[in-house]
Amino acid sequence: MIYAIASGKGGTGKTTVTASLASIWETPLTAVDLDVEEPNLHLFLKPEEMITGKAHIEVPDADEDKCTGCRACSELCQFKAITVMGDTLLTFPEMCHGCGGCIAICPEKALTPGKRELGEIVTGKSHGNEFIMGRLRIGEAMSPPLMKQILNDLPINSQGDVLIDAPPGVSCPAITAVMRADCIVLVTEPTPFGLHDFRLAWEAFSPIGKPMGAVINRAGVGNNDVYDFCREKDIPIWAEIPFDRSVAEAYSNGYVPVKAIPTLKPTFESLKNSMQKAVNEVSHA
Amino acid sequence: MHEVVIISGKGGAGKTSITGAFANLADNAILCDLDVDAPDLHLLLSPEHKRIEEFYSGNEAIINQEQCTKCGLCEAMCRFSAITQTDEGFAVDPMRCEGCNVCVSFCPPQAISFPSKHCGTWYESETRFGTMVHAQLFPGEENSGRLVTLLKQHARKRAEEEGHELVLSDGAPGIGCPVISSLAGTNLAVVVTEPTLSGLHDLKRVAKLCTGFKTKVAVLINKHDLNLAQAKAIEEYCQEKGYPVICRFPHDNAVTEAMVQGKAINETGDSTASQLLEAAWSNMLNLLHDSK
Ligand code: SF4
Ligand code: SF4
Repeated sequence: MIYAIASGKGGTGKTTVTASLASIWETPLTAVDLDVEEPNLHLFLKPEEMITGKAHIEVPDADEDKCTGCRACSELCQFKAITVMGDTLLTFPEMCHGCGGCIAICPEKALTPGKRELGEIVTGKSHGNEFIMGRLRIGEAMSPPLMKQILNDLPINSQGDVLIDAPPGVSCPAITAVMRADCIVLVTEPTPFGLHDFRLAWEAFSPIGKPMGAVINRAGVGNNDVYDFCREKDIPIWAEIPFDRSVAEAYSNGYVPVKAIPTLKPTFESLKNSMQKAVNEVSHA
Repeated sequence: MHEVVIISGKGGAGKTSITGAFANLADNAILCDLDVDAPDLHLLLSPEHKRIEEFYSGNEAIINQEQCTKCGLCEAMCRFSAITQTDEGFAVDPMRCEGCNVCVSFCPPQAISFPSKHCGTWYESETRFGTMVHAQLFPGEENSGRLVTLLKQHARKRAEEEGHELVLSDGAPGIGCPVISSLAGTNLAVVVTEPTLSGLHDLKRVAKLCTGFKTKVAVLINKHDLNLAQAKAIEEYCQEKGYPVICRFPHDNAVTEAMVQGKAINETGDSTASQLLEAAWSNMLNLLHDSK
């Protein structure tokens, strides 16, 4: 099963929740950091035997000698990644989404598949579990293609469960990450910012129709509006992690909270059980 | 005119609370929330909408079942796996469609229409701290970079028309498309960071991006006293790179309390916090004027 740990916004504790769950989950498990813009999970899980590979996207390579300037390619391209200026064919690989349309449409075969680097895919081992993370190249604007490559290569079925540390927000990267999950855990905080972002996430992810539950982090700060919202929308609260300076300090040092603070263990055990139960209820329904 | 954007690499570092406090201190600025995916600044500034505009960007493929001959070419050619065969025929999954136009161009009977896509809403509003430009992208939409660019252009235009010296923006999180758009043409980025392992990691990545855009970097360490060793590591890194640290802000529950009240941190009368923020603000203004 694939479990995605998501949040409407960064900084709610998504990564520490993922790291804590990974620390108590049955092996084999694959922990995946899909927050490719700012991957942090490795700082907590401290994977070893890391192997780094480069990820690419297909972009057109142009052979100007063959081009007749017919503009079929530039008329097709929606991303202004290819254009004909006067007699010169120009490509802007950074803008290209890799749809392949220009290559397919060119009557002169002047365009061939080339590549642009998206970033890195790093794999490793962490306490007997598999660890995978993506790291977007600095200056690369598009994260979903890198995320999709990681998702496509996941060892689903054979290697036990997968825990995904999803990117924050509710735009296309976040949707890309949760779309393949069997269950979504939404991490939030009981503050006005927390509620606002949580509500957006709930609106974005509900249509996907996967079981979803909330983890309320830093419980005790702020107000009760997040609880009211969960009640109103029937969102189960699977865990509450109390606000505690020692949790924040453990985090700041890169310690996994459930390991640094043993009293949190029952909270995460019960979170894990709720997640597994929610998925089983769906698959047996 | 100057443009300052408050960013953090990562959400949750306190970027919006800091922007709110700066907005309170700025008396000649246009305010702008560039976090169009998860905007929060309006929760502090309670804007009153003066202008509401729909944001259209890109297109979305829709298959007309009457004209479709079920040849399957669109499914085969779509690189985004957005087209699948359902009981009702071939259909486009709007969540996956990137609007690339390939299926539209290649469909033999031209059965695919390609209307432009309504992706969100943007606003120009009045707040107690001045004019604010902001937006909300619909969930799951891409092209947030384009919306960010549109907001910035509008904020600049307003600033010029009204004779404001500064566009002060709450930036987008991350290092991808929306942040790249928010840095374009910006004079100074204030990076809000926290003394954590990930804080330093994120700071390095986002600062590198700023350097690539020739945007000057200033650093504000939030929750400075949470972990003094990590705070020191951040300071050392900043010194080495020549990034001025304009503020060391303590961990303070007043920040959350102000948020709950819908106020800026320096509106609630906590004098130490207010003083620190005032000093940060004047440090920042000095940096801006030095860079001229
Ligand atoms: S592959 Fe698609 S996005 Fe890239 S240049 Fe060609 S048409 Fe444009
Ligand atoms: S479609 Fe081929 S021949 Fe026509 S302008 Fe593009 S590259 Fe040149």
